[in-house]
Parts: sequence; structure tokens; C-alpha cells
Amino acid sequence: MSLDKENGPLLRVKGLEKRFNLDQGFLESLKFSSGKLTRETRAVHAVNNISFDVDRGDAICVVGESGCGKSTVARMVAGLIAPSGGEIHYDGERIDGLRGKDLLPLRKKIQMIFQNPYASLNPRMTIGQTLAEPLRYHNPSMSKGALQDKAAAVMKSVGIDPAWGARFAHELSGGQRQRIAIARALTVDPEFIVADEPISALDVSIQAQVLNLMLEMQEAHGLTYLFITHDLSVVEHFGTKVIVLYLGSICEVADTQTLFSNPKHPYTKALLSAVPQLKDDRSNHIRLKGEIPTPINLPSGCPFRSRCPLSDARCASEKPMPLQKDDGSVVACHAVEEERVDALNWV
Amino acid sequence: MSLLSVRDLTVKFSNRTGALTALNGISFDLARGERLGIVGESGAGKSITGFALMNLLSQPGFIDGGQILFEGEDVTQMSKKQVRDMRGNRMAMIFQDPMVTLNPVLTIGQQMVETLRAHRKLSFEEARQIALVKLKEVYIPSPVERFEQYPHELSGGMRQRIIIAMALLLDPKLIIADEPTTALDVTIQADIMELLLEMCQSNQVGLILITHDLGVVSQVTERTMVMYAGRIIENGPTRSIINDPQHPYTQGLISALPQQTQPGQRLKQIPGVMPTLSDMPSGCPFHPRCDHATETCKSQVPDISQSGESFVACHEVHRLQKELASEAAQ
Repeated sequence: MSLDKENGPLLRVKGLEKRFNLDQGFLESLKFSSGKLTRETRAVHAVNNISFDVDRGDAICVVGESGCGKSTVARMVAGLIAPSGGEIHYDGERIDGLRGKDLLPLRKKIQMIFQNPYASLNPRMTIGQTLAEPLRYHNPSMSKGALQDKAAAVMKSVGIDPAWGARFAHELSGGQRQRIAIARALTVDPEFIVADEPISALDVSIQAQVLNLMLEMQEAHGLTYLFITHDLSVVEHFGTKVIVLYLGSICEVADTQTLFSNPKHPYTKALLSAVPQLKDDRSNHIRLKGEIPTPINLPSGCPFRSRCPLSDARCASEKPMPLQKDDGSVVACHAVEEERVDALNWV
Repeated sequence: MSLLSVRDLTVKFSNRTGALTALNGISFDLARGERLGIVGESGAGKSITGFALMNLLSQPGFIDGGQILFEGEDVTQMSKKQVRDMRGNRMAMIFQDPMVTLNPVLTIGQQMVETLRAHRKLSFEEARQIALVKLKEVYIPSPVERFEQYPHELSGGMRQRIIIAMALLLDPKLIIADEPTTALDVTIQADIMELLLEMCQSNQVGLILITHDLGVVSQVTERTMVMYAGRIIENGPTRSIINDPQHPYTQGLISALPQQTQPGQRLKQIPGVMPTLSDMPSGCPFHPRCDHATETCKSQVPDISQSGESFVACHEVHRLQKELASEAAQ
């Protein structure tokens, strides 16, 4: 299937799946049960049947608790790990399964920013070398002078003095390092940036600086973002569209405004209520029972049912499908479908 | 008499060339059962304050002066035996990462009983009963089974509950919680904070909550102290600090939060970064990042003085308040 290049979404993800095998070799997969030797391989079901579209110029945010598969989605989209199933289309072309040289033109278009700028910059390279490397790799014919000019221009655009090109990463603070990490992603003029918790490791006042920089770069270069975060206040500020993940499945996809003003899925409601508010000291936090089940043996039916106050027999047997609502949001919940949420006034 | 009274506490770290000052003469009081939040960015000296209160500083850090009066006794002058008697017993600490705090080779029960029997003459069975009661208090489901389990068998939120139960074991007068929920998810964080608040209120325990999250401070504490570069720059009732911050740094910190700005607008940012200990500017440590800095700010360290309901260390705070008032009048 090929999508319309002009009108179709920039990125289309269909039925994406990722399983990580726990038992790697033949011997590990042997199990002894009830007098028989059997073979079974256990797997972590990190991402289960996820579909979404990203339009040009969107800043789509993926939120959820640790272990819900946010980072795995980001890595699959960036082509760092191969999906176990499903399709990823970028600009009308299928990109999952590409390997080696075929990936090169794509890497130039999709760049990634990682969480920890202390780990993602090579400590033995100067800032100048760090920024020139992706350029040289993607443009082998570029002259040394042109490389340096481009690196200096990018440094200036992210608010770093080009004279710092001779410095090493350890000479910079966390916020400055993250600026360099953003600059490195921008040197090859990408269209799409996958940012995996880019501000979580930074202090509040520095977070604001980096977020502002990302917004400026979006305006200046017409970037599209896939932004992974657990911080909902950042989502409200930064995102145009939000995907809420739970245990590797989509709970709710909606425009940021719709999601924050009118969350529908019980999990989204609980997540929003848990954010500590600054002004309002009346706590109306929804307590969820229990904790996230392990993704090794997924519960049958709805993944959220073990903690959901609205779960019933249907939730236990049948996995809810994502359904489109009137206001454009997509919700996967039997209770929402049967309109049981509002009846039970638990918020 | 207040529960805790800190006077001119100075902490230094020795290095090859001498010593760096990490805490620069801080003073504050804590009443019985009061909940105090300490906020600031990394490197401000929040955790060092917590460690100094428990007399937990280890080389190269040392207390270079000042007093820490806890129930009238000076912690800095205590003998090793007195300190050991106080820690965990009258003053307990909760750390950031529950997996690192718990001993991985002992069961939850062994660790709780060990703590109890180190301070009180109890048989194993008596200690076990107390531990089970405390586990129940922090809403641990099926405490009898948990008692026999190892830390790795429990989730992060459950481990942090157990840490809270352990901190409460000997009915301390003060709990110091150093970023207790930073390693946890928001839904779990909300649970843990509610629990901590409930435990402190029902047992009349004082709480010092060290965190960088102003939202958490706003929900749990009665009073807040803002630290910057080893000094207290603002100290006042939490509500008035959040709603009416006086120090330019506190104002910047609060308005930098994404909640404070309309979606799509630029966030208000504080330029620059916090100075490092070895490269401290003269005068007010915040002056290189401050919009309102004058010549006085560059040369003199401001004293802490009352402004509104808070105590603030800023030369210009009264002028700024007047300007704000006249702007509001117009």
C-alpha cells in the first residue's frame, strides 16, 4: 500500500508490535512441567497492536508510566530496533524492515534526541567533532570548511557560542549538553525528530530553556516531533496531539486540548488527576488499586482492567478496540463505549 | 521550644586547594509536627542540608561551624554513640531510590526487626508484631507474606511504602525525605505523597521534604524554603511562596513551569545556570542571572529580612514590591 505523498500523513504506524524474547537459546526454552520436558519461550509484550498517524508540523506526545512501551515505540519509529509485527510508513514509503544502506536516506530525515545528555555525547570527541560527524557521514563530498561552517551555523542557532567547538562535553552543563544534542540532530536538516524524554534529566529552569529551543527550532525548520515524556504538564504546553499508552496498548489518542479538557479513558483520568497541582491544594487524586501488571503474561481482555474501577465481565474477556468519538478522540474502553463512565460519578 | 533549630550551619568539602563551601551559614527552625519543604535545583545544597541534619556527611564533606539543635541537643557535638542512638530512632530518613536503600540479601522482615532491636530490647516475635502493624498502617496488602519477601520481589511503589513503614518503626519526631518520589511514576508518586502526609499528620511527626518539584511541595508542606547556591534565599508559608513569590529566583522558578504559560507560548526562562561551588560570584550568588541586579548586588551578600509573609535574601525585594504595588494601582 502506498500513501498519497502530498496529502497523506508524514508518519503512519499500523498494528505495530514488539516482543522481546526472554528465553534466548534452545536450552533456556526447555521447561519441565508435570513430568514432561516441554519447550516454551516467554516474551515481554512491550508494544501491542498500536496504530496512529502523525501529520506534518505536529508535535505528537506519547505519555504513560514506566514500562508502558513509550521508548520502544520511539526506537522503532527511529529505526533503531526492528518491530516484531505491523507496518511503519514514512512519507508514503514503508520503512520497517529496511536495513543497512537503504536506511541511510531515512536517517537523514529522522533524527533522535535522547534523555540523558551525559550519556548520549561521546566524551572523547570535541563539540565540533560531534556536530560534524553526522554531516560528514551523510554528505561524504562536503569539504572540511563547509562542514565547519555548517556546524558553526547550527551551534549559533541553538544559542551556543561557535567558539565552544573546541570544548569537550564534560566542560558543559546539562542544559548546554542537551542543546548540543539538539544541534547534532539538526545538522543534517531533518524533517522529523524523535525525542525520548529530552528534558527529564534537567532542572526546572533549564527545562524551560530547552523546551523553548525545541519550539523555536520547530518554527524555524518546520519540524515534526514525536515527543516521549511522562510529564503531563509539558505535554499540555508542547504537544498538538497526545497518545496515552498503558502496558503497550493505546488507551486514548486525542488533540491536546480535548484530552486535557475532556479525558475519557479511566486511565487518562487517573493519570491527569495524579499530577501535583501548584495552586489548588485540594487534592482530588483518583486512587488506582494495585500496580501495572507484568508485560510477560498479559492479562486477557483490557490491559487496564486489573486497576480499573469500572471493569466488568466483558472487560475481562474481550480486548476493547480503539473507537472514534464525536470530538475526534480515539478511545479504547468498553465502559466509554457503553457510556458507563459518566454514570459512575467517581471523579 | 521548636523541634529543630539550625543556626549558621556551614558545610565545606575539602579538596586539593583548600575547601569549597557547600552550605553557607543557613539558619531555620522547625516546630513539632510541622511539614517543611526544601526546594531548589541540583547543586543548591538541599540534600547536603538533609545529610548534615542526620550527621551523615562523610569525607570530604564536613560541618565547619554552626549548630543543629534537635530537641535541645546539638547534633554536631554528639558522640558516635549518641548519634547512632538518634538516627532511625528519633530522626529518620527516606532516600530517593528504595532499591538502593533496602538491603537486597535480607528479607523485609529481617531489616525491620533489625532496626527495632538495635534500639529497643525486644524479642524477635515482639519486634515482628510491631513491624506487621506498621506495614498494615502504610497499606501494604497481605503484610505477613511481604514480611518474608526480599526487596527484588516488590515493585518500586511497594518498596517506598516499606521504607516509609521502616522510617516510622520507632515513632520518630522528625522524618527527612530526600526526593522520595523522584524515581517513581506520577500515579505512584501521588499515592506515596498522600501516605506520607497522612502518616505525619496522624503521628504528629515533623517532615522535611527535599524536592525539586514545586507541585509536590505545594500539596504536602506548610512552609517552604528555597535554596540557591548553598544559601536560603526565601523562607515562608508554602501558599504565599507559591502565590506571591518575593525573591526574583523563586519568581523565575515558578513562572518557568509549563502550567504557568499558555500552550504554544514561549516559557519564561531564567537565563544562565547556577554557579558551581568553585566559581561562586561575589555578592548575591544570583546576581549574574537576575534582571534586577544593581551594583550593591554585585558586591554585598544580602541578609535575610522579612518581606510580606516570607523571609527573603534580596537587596532589591522592597523596591520590587513597591514597583509591583504601584503597577497594580495603575
